[in-house]
Amino acid sequence: MATELKVAWGPRKDNVYLGKEITRLDGVEKASGAAKYAADANPKGCLFAKVLSFKGGAGKVKSLDLSEALKVPGVKAVHAFVKEGDELQWDGTLVAAVAAERQEQAEDGVRAIKFAFDAMEHFVDEDDLKGAEAAKRTKDLGNNTKGDVEAALKTAAVVHKGSYGIATISHMCLETHGSCTRWEDGKLIVNHSTQNVSGTPANFVSELQKQHNISVDVADVTVLCQFVGGGFGSKFGADDWGAAAAKMSKEAGRPVRLMLDRATELKIAGTRPSGFADVTIAADKDGKIVAWDSHHWGTNGGMKGGTLNLAQFPYVFDFENRNRKATGLITNSGPDRAWRAPPHPQLCALTDTAIDDIAAKLGKSAVDVFLANLENITGPALEKLIPTYTAEIKRAAELIGWSKKWHPHGKGGDGDVKRGLGMAMHTWGGSAHAGTCTVRINPDGSVESLSGTQDIGTGTRTAIAMVLAETFGITLDAVKVRYGSSVYPRSGPSGGSTTIGGVSGPNRRAAIAALGKLFDVVAEKHKVKGNDLTAKGGKIWSGTKEICTWKAACGLLGMMGIETTGEGPKDDGLTSVQVGGVQMADVSVDTKTGIIRMNQFVAVQDCGLIVDLLTAKSQVYGGLIMGIAYSLTEEQILDNKTGRYINADMENYKLPRIGDIGELIVEMYQPDSEYERGVIGLGEPPVISCGAAISNAVANATGVRVPTIPLTPKRVLDALKAAKA
Amino acid sequence: MRSFEYARPETEAEALELLAEHGGNTAVLAGGTDLMNLLKRDVIQPARVVDIKNIPSWRGLKPQDGGVLIGANTTLDEINEHALAADYRSLIDVIEGIRAIQITANGTLAGDLCQLPHCWYFRNGYGLLAMQDGESLVATGDNRYHAILGNSGPAKFVSASRFAPSAMAWDAKVRLVTLARSASEGADAVAPKEEWLPLDYFFQTPKVNSQGVTVLKPGQLITHVWLPAASDTRSATYEVLELCGLDQPQASAACCLGIDGGIVRSAKIVLGHVAPTPWIAHEAAKWLVGQPLTSDIAETAGRMALAKATPLSHNDYKVQMAETAVKRALLKATNQLGEIL
Repeated sequence: MATELKVAWGPRKDNVYLGKEITRLDGVEKASGAAKYAADANPKGCLFAKVLSFKGGAGKVKSLDLSEALKVPGVKAVHAFVKEGDELQWDGTLVAAVAAERQEQAEDGVRAIKFAFDAMEHFVDEDDLKGAEAAKRTKDLGNNTKGDVEAALKTAAVVHKGSYGIATISHMCLETHGSCTRWEDGKLIVNHSTQNVSGTPANFVSELQKQHNISVDVADVTVLCQFVGGGFGSKFGADDWGAAAAKMSKEAGRPVRLMLDRATELKIAGTRPSGFADVTIAADKDGKIVAWDSHHWGTNGGMKGGTLNLAQFPYVFDFENRNRKATGLITNSGPDRAWRAPPHPQLCALTDTAIDDIAAKLGKSAVDVFLANLENITGPALEKLIPTYTAEIKRAAELIGWSKKWHPHGKGGDGDVKRGLGMAMHTWGGSAHAGTCTVRINPDGSVESLSGTQDIGTGTRTAIAMVLAETFGITLDAVKVRYGSSVYPRSGPSGGSTTIGGVSGPNRRAAIAALGKLFDVVAEKHKVKGNDLTAKGGKIWSGTKEICTWKAACGLLGMMGIETTGEGPKDDGLTSVQVGGVQMADVSVDTKTGIIRMNQFVAVQDCGLIVDLLTAKSQVYGGLIMGIAYSLTEEQILDNKTGRYINADMENYKLPRIGDIGELIVEMYQPDSEYERGVIGLGEPPVISCGAAISNAVANATGVRVPTIPLTPKRVLDALKAAKA
Repeated sequence: MRSFEYARPETEAEALELLAEHGGNTAVLAGGTDLMNLLKRDVIQPARVVDIKNIPSWRGLKPQDGGVLIGANTTLDEINEHALAADYRSLIDVIEGIRAIQITANGTLAGDLCQLPHCWYFRNGYGLLAMQDGESLVATGDNRYHAILGNSGPAKFVSASRFAPSAMAWDAKVRLVTLARSASEGADAVAPKEEWLPLDYFFQTPKVNSQGVTVLKPGQLITHVWLPAASDTRSATYEVLELCGLDQPQASAACCLGIDGGIVRSAKIVLGHVAPTPWIAHEAAKWLVGQPLTSDIAETAGRMALAKATPLSHNDYKVQMAETAVKRALLKATNQLGEIL
């Protein structure tokens, strides 16, 4: 009788690897520089491409002549992204590309291009609703009503009107967007900086056909990506510049590497939409919110006129009486792309700040008011999280010493520097994406996993190895994880915190199937029942009796070994969906210079069953650091005068340095009930609450709400001055 | 970046010759920490870059005329570690505030004094004065980081030098050299010309794009910075830095104080990053003399230093920042400033 093993995770107490802190397997490669990224690809004969991008707010192409560029020594191919008469709608729009033997020759080629444009009117002020209306740059994105807000406002104990905002930020991938393309025997091979190895070949094919009339079969395109220097939602496609590289490569008969320069990266490779809101919020005397009225606006760039989704606002909570309205601004700015947890950080920044202000108005601690409002969480998915939120709020408060440190807003000390506390809370889905994998048990005892997934720095390779080592009872070094090639079985894109479920489910399923087959062979050989067998510590056991070593068992397999396929997601409990999470910030504000420093930042985060505790915590640390960046310093600054993205460089697109981070305290919320939920994604959640938590801490310190995030010294001083006036 | 000639002289005479050629369209490479940015962004297009790091006489610190002579090749780390520099506390404050090993290991004091503005219009290719169709882009554009003093003319950028305020407060002098025509040697003959200039006169506010931010002529450079004796002068610099790492200050102030019997006997206060040149606060310094340096007095001095500020449309906030920088520099110099953040 064939062995039948149940598909499930094992008892938590028996785990050797799962839930433990395992150092990432490629850490040394990355830290030593041995890891090769698309930006490092340098095949024989490679040409290097540089782009000419539009420098202005908006314009129409008057003329474009690339002939002089072709005469520049070393230049082998050129490409025009636009033609005469085309409208260029934002700063950084690609105009042309030049591929040359050397990077500086490509730059010389770019400078030789003759390009002229007629300037057009631009509008870039993303928080200027009135200006946008006057310039006819708005889109009505609807409104809706629930209950009776007016009546609730009349009977509420307190009513607060506030303005809140969060500016556009850009993707700032350390490895800029781009690829190295080459054609071999009519087949296209792309070293691509991507979060979507399996999905990109088809995108290259469609873009090459559509843009350049180049036909190639998807089966003849291979996308390779072992390492990615940052993506966070912006690297899913071939992109115009990837297709242009492939086209120039075909023309020149040489490999072409085209990575965006830093300024262009910031301008066109994806932004996180802005949001600004006027909110009226009202509560009863216990702090329970009884009414919400909001009008929010903002831009998602790309002349699209979108902003944060009306239906998601207010965030996490919904209130019995609620009006909401949204207006999109049509701005001459680079288009958005998914930015880690879209658009939750903005929703949270506009919701939890208003809740904090109503708590302050009642003279209550924000912790008490958030707890009092957990019953305002509605919907089956979120209601289940209420006990989790309760536990997480209490634990985070303990970790930061809330009850000892908290004071009413504006009582942050007598000196120039004021100190305060703030909190916020969030949710995210994190379900497993569709994915397949192949698992092999080889006759020598080694094990392989093959899948067209990618490790975007989150530890995917390590997690897959841990799942297989755990399932087979072998050591990590016996597992070879192969990924990062579209030749392997298809796996989903790494976006939306879907990868950990997308790889751990299929690999566990395939491994359990393979183990069943191995047990069949062992059972027959050793005359035991397959269903009694277990694999642990490098051995096969029947109950407590050692049957043989793992290696000996595999030696029974013959030359072909075992190969199985795993798929997902499935409704077998291996993976699940929907997490919460609570963050609390302790900040100091220098009220004379407007500078904010992080003292402590606490995150308590659930995510179901944790595969690797170390990389899970790393996700949260990274989320907090990224959150501190967008909360304090990071923003796209578009100059009204010129329409230019005026800070598209590493000096003025300000990112925190290590000294700006303060002390991070990360605790994974992991009672047994979480383990039983199965694996849930973790990438997005820890970046969501940061803006609101930090803004609330600043308000608590100073007694003044700095309306717009990031809370730059200018914004802090302007708000303090306005409050005094 | 564009191609350029690269030259590596080993003597002052060679350097001056190499710098004078190409009509003086040459650039000096000392630390190169900002030169590389300017070249990569195509803001400047020198025909030749002259690397001066191999000129031994331009390196190191040594006593001279009761003070200290610092060669143009001397890195900030070398200054920071040298006993002769230890008494110039306000300079050390700036080095400590840089918090970027790349800059302190390669950057030089003279290079910092010659730094071009970080104005984002200038660095994005709109020229030093950022004029378009006869109109200042800065005046009506995003001027959050621009000048709040000395900004009535076309120049509205802020001086980029982080060391100028402290060096000027110390009454530093700079040695400028260039090749100049030498009448005694014949009509076409040139000879090195040396000049010692008080740093107070080194910076200028350009009125047209072709003027520079310093008095340096094409082919001319700083070879040494001289600081007078430190004696028992108290000094400090306070920079308002948004980031705890490499960042341009949004305002700064440096001071040198002579204090006797608890009373200020001499004072010089210089602000940075508030005007197109480092900004000497004459009146505030004059007012300080004869008074004890208390927190209230320091605060008043800060207000006086900014009394004539003319903020632009988006940088009113910098006035308070700069007032605070003055106050805190004065308190720091007299050991009265506690830990801020």
